[in-house]
This record gives sequence, structure tokens and C-alpha cells, in this order.
Amino acid sequence: MSAAPEATWVPRRYRVDAVRPELNDTVSLELAPAAGEAPAFEPGQFNMLYAFGIGEAAISLSGDPADRARLVHTVRAVGPVSRALAGLAVGASVGVRGPFGAGWPMSAARGRDLVLIAGGLGLAPLRPALLRVLADRAHYGRVAVLAGMRTPREVLFRAPLATWQGRTDLEVEVTVDRGDADWSGHVGVVTHLIPQLELDPRKATAFVCGPEVMMRHTAERLLTVGLEPTQLFVSMERNMKCAIGLCGHCQFGSAFVCKDGPVLRFDRIARALAVREL
Amino acid sequence: MRLEDLGEAVAGCTRTVEYLPGEYLLRVGAPADECFLIEQGRVALEVHAPARPPEVLLTLGPGDLVGLSWILPPYRWACDARAVQPVRVVAIDARRVRERCDADPRLGYHLLQGVLRAAIDRLQATRLQHLDVYRDPTS
Repeated sequence: MSAAPEATWVPRRYRVDAVRPELNDTVSLELAPAAGEAPAFEPGQFNMLYAFGIGEAAISLSGDPADRARLVHTVRAVGPVSRALAGLAVGASVGVRGPFGAGWPMSAARGRDLVLIAGGLGLAPLRPALLRVLADRAHYGRVAVLAGMRTPREVLFRAPLATWQGRTDLEVEVTVDRGDADWSGHVGVVTHLIPQLELDPRKATAFVCGPEVMMRHTAERLLTVGLEPTQLFVSMERNMKCAIGLCGHCQFGSAFVCKDGPVLRFDRIARALAVREL
Repeated sequence: MRLEDLGEAVAGCTRTVEYLPGEYLLRVGAPADECFLIEQGRVALEVHAPARPPEVLLTLGPGDLVGLSWILPPYRWACDARAVQPVRVVAIDARRVRERCDADPRLGYHLLQGVLRAAIDRLQATRLQHLDVYRDPTS
């Protein structure tokens, strides 16, 4: 699902309906259109959010794709634009272009076992995929979520994760790179949890999102337990500007991350992922 | 890892043991005469430093080998391993397995490949942990 032509170039005005603090430097913004409905989107797609007077940044959608009343974006304040977005107050205006790009292959994954593997803020673009699966749970096989976080204090979506962990039709494991005295969960990188799932490689599809080096190691581990490169999908992040494959800022090998991605099948980019500084 | 990944060298050298949360499977510096393959539960590998609380380096779960130092002299554990949940393990008599491997290098080579796989996986994981990939990129 691509943005309507007018939404491609012209930001539409949205109002910040709610600001949900997630972590010290990360918030989720609930955005309501100034008029009409929010556009439909596919899990894994992104919008260009415009902090008026400062600039635009590509931010993944992290809310429920079934909710047409609002858009949810989870923003980490790391640069001028994201800092401005993360600092918006309720009632403020923001420009939105989108949705853009290719999302997670939800239809192709139907009927299969699905493992979602997130690293840090990478859980945000995977959340709509999980919400779509839960709304359509009977049409998927075994579903597992593995989330790797930095520390117990930096666990993103703590409350939803706890809710998902309480479900019997979902396997959810959270691991942290560094524990503390109060943490009784897993410690270690998220890749370490993969063999413990004992996936059936004939039936499994994996969606992976996180820092690039984490995704590379995760893919290696998934291949080791028998998945084929065609069964793995990763969400890439690059410096996106036009968001429609014209400007070339986000080119990654032969792919434009904004248009061909951000979700790409692993076999398509495996070689490029191994190239230093690409 | 499954027990069969360690090959014939461990045949007949195993027993099932259960630990309660808080009990230690092994202690740093103690003789490494028995290692463990986890069947159920979670085990934390810990290190201690003076004037600091113990730090959990890694947690291990089903299919993980607890204890790698039994394969090489001086056969002493390098860290503590504590059960954080009720744990069931296959305990492997490391002393007998070493004797068998010394007597039959073919068995020893097969076993070493299994142990080395676990060691390499942990080394790779530690490298990734060291990169601290989830930190604020601007900090």
C-alpha cells in the first residue's frame, strides 16, 4: 500500500493527541489527522514526519494497523529532527507524508510459524506486525517474539511485552545485554535465544529489526538452525529524503531502502550487508 | 546442543540432577570434574569482583552446556553458575570423559568440536554484547 499521490509530496497536518514516554530518550506520539481518517498502512511501512521549521525524518509506524483514527510513531531523540519530534507537546502540529515503502510480508507468512526478532528500538516497526498477527491469530502457526534490549531500564514497550508474555498463544522472551540486581530474566544477546526456540525450519519465517550488526548476527544464527535466506526478512534503515526512490540518498546496493524496503528479503541484501561502510 | 552432539565419549557418563533457584551448579576455582547440559530451566553465569555485587554475564537455557573449562588443564571453573529457576540438567562426568578422550583421540576430536561450537557461539555473543549496539548513537 503506497501513499496517495498528494501525500507523496505534500505533508498533511496532524495534531499530537498523546505523548507516551517510553524510555529516557524515546516517546511514542499518537497523531490524529486535522481532518478525515488516517491512511491505511501495512506493518513495516514508515512515514516522513515533518517537525515544522526544522526538517523531516523517516519514522516507522508502531501502532495498530487496524486503527484508522490515529497514527503512532515511536521516536528516539538522537538528531535535530527526532529531538524536535520527541519534544512535541499534546496539541502541537506535525506534518506527515506517507505511508511509504514495502512492509513485512504478512500474507506470505500466513499459515507458517513466525518468529519476530527485535533489537532495541527495532521492536517498534515489528509491533504493527504482531498486532496484525494477533488480530488474525488463527491463520498463523506458532508465533514467537524475541526482544533484545540494552538494560532492564531500557526495555521498550514494557507493558505490552508483559501482556504478550501472559498469552498462551504467543512465546515472548526478553533478554538484556547487561542485567542488574533486580533482573531475573535472560542476560545475553538476542541471538543466543534462537536455538532454544527449536524452530521447524521448513515452516518458519523470521522478521528481524534492529541495528544492522545485530541483524547480521541474527541472520547468521537463523541460517545455522536451518532457515533459508528466503525465509528471513530484515528492516533496513538508511538516510531517507524523498521516500519515493528518486533522490538516491537511501541507496543500498541495488535497492532503494525507501521504495524497495525498508523490509527486504535477506537473500537480496546478504552480500551488501557484509560490505563495510555501505 | 543435544547430548548426542558430544558423541560416544559421554555415553554412560551421565546422570540427571535437579537444582532449586539459588543453588550453584559450579563455583569459580573449584575442580571442573562435572559439566552440565541443561534440559529445563535457566542458569546464570556470574563473576565476582571485590566490593561489587556479582555480575551476570550470560544466562543459559535448554540445550546449553554449563561449564567449558573441564576440557583443558588446570580443570578449574572460571565463573559461578547459579540456578535462577528450577533446573534439570544432565550432569556429565568430565573426569571419565577426559580419560576416554585421551585413550581414543577420534572420540576426543568429535567431543572437542561440540564443546568448541558452544565456546565460539559464546565468544561471538560476547563480541556483540561488547559492541553495545543499542546505546544512544550520539552519546
